[in-house]
Amino acid sequence: MKIEFKKVGLISCSGEELPGGTLSRIACRRVLDEYKPSETVTICLPLFIAGGEEERTFAANHPTVTIDGCEKLCAAKATEKLSAKPRKALLVPEILKKRRASPPKKLRCFGPDEEDAVRAVALEIAEAVEEVLKEEKDR
Amino acid sequence: MDKNQKNKVVVLACSGIGKTYGALARDTAQELAECVRPGTVILTCLARLVMDDPEARLILSGNPVITIDGCPRDCAKRTVESTGKKVAEACQVVRFYAAHKDLKPEGLAQLNEAGRKLARIAAEELAATVDKLAAESDR
Repeated sequence: MKIEFKKVGLISCSGEELPGGTLSRIACRRVLDEYKPSETVTICLPLFIAGGEEERTFAANHPTVTIDGCEKLCAAKATEKLSAKPRKALLVPEILKKRRASPPKKLRCFGPDEEDAVRAVALEIAEAVEEVLKEEKDR
Repeated sequence: MDKNQKNKVVVLACSGIGKTYGALARDTAQELAECVRPGTVILTCLARLVMDDPEARLILSGNPVITIDGCPRDCAKRTVESTGKKVAEACQVVRFYAAHKDLKPEGLAQLNEAGRKLARIAAEELAATVDKLAAESDR
């Protein structure tokens, strides 16, 4: 029997104009690089929406978790529009409220003041990845 | 469109999450908006354009646009052009590194010190284009 191990695609909003976008991006990278390096892969949202076939095929064939910095939910909507509905659609303000972390005020150069928020969002993403992989295993 | 968003220069960066040059493009755009030409440069998220966000489309239609890309796939430029808007200036950040080899940018989530310095230099070099475009749109 062939056992296929699926990776979860993380799609972060680009959010250049708001701190929530930067937070989404940094937390996403932490999951990719530290928390779940062998279970996750990222998909570049700009390339995805600009027509990268490889990215769109991946998102159509693999479970995805989107992480958005604001209520416009661009990453979640773009993923659904261009590929397939994300398995989990996370929203940074909701995560911060749930985990009682202060929202960042800066657009960039995050440091110790933003660490609680980064960790909160990264942990939420990691949990979402575990849930998706469990669902895949139980199928 | 809000009157405060007229006679501005819109800067769109690719923000590619998987490449250092994506981070450099993003940091350069934010440096322009926050430090080098605050009040003249406005940022908008690339994904908002694809999602047909009315406010983002309006901002784009009424102002000149500079795109900053991190790789030759030119996602930011292509995304803007897909809306029918002509890009006033399109640049790839690698050109700034080619001119300043002593500043090697590193980091995916956030840039290292050399990368931040390079973003500052890139923003200062792009400021001349911003000023020219802002003056033209004032006429």
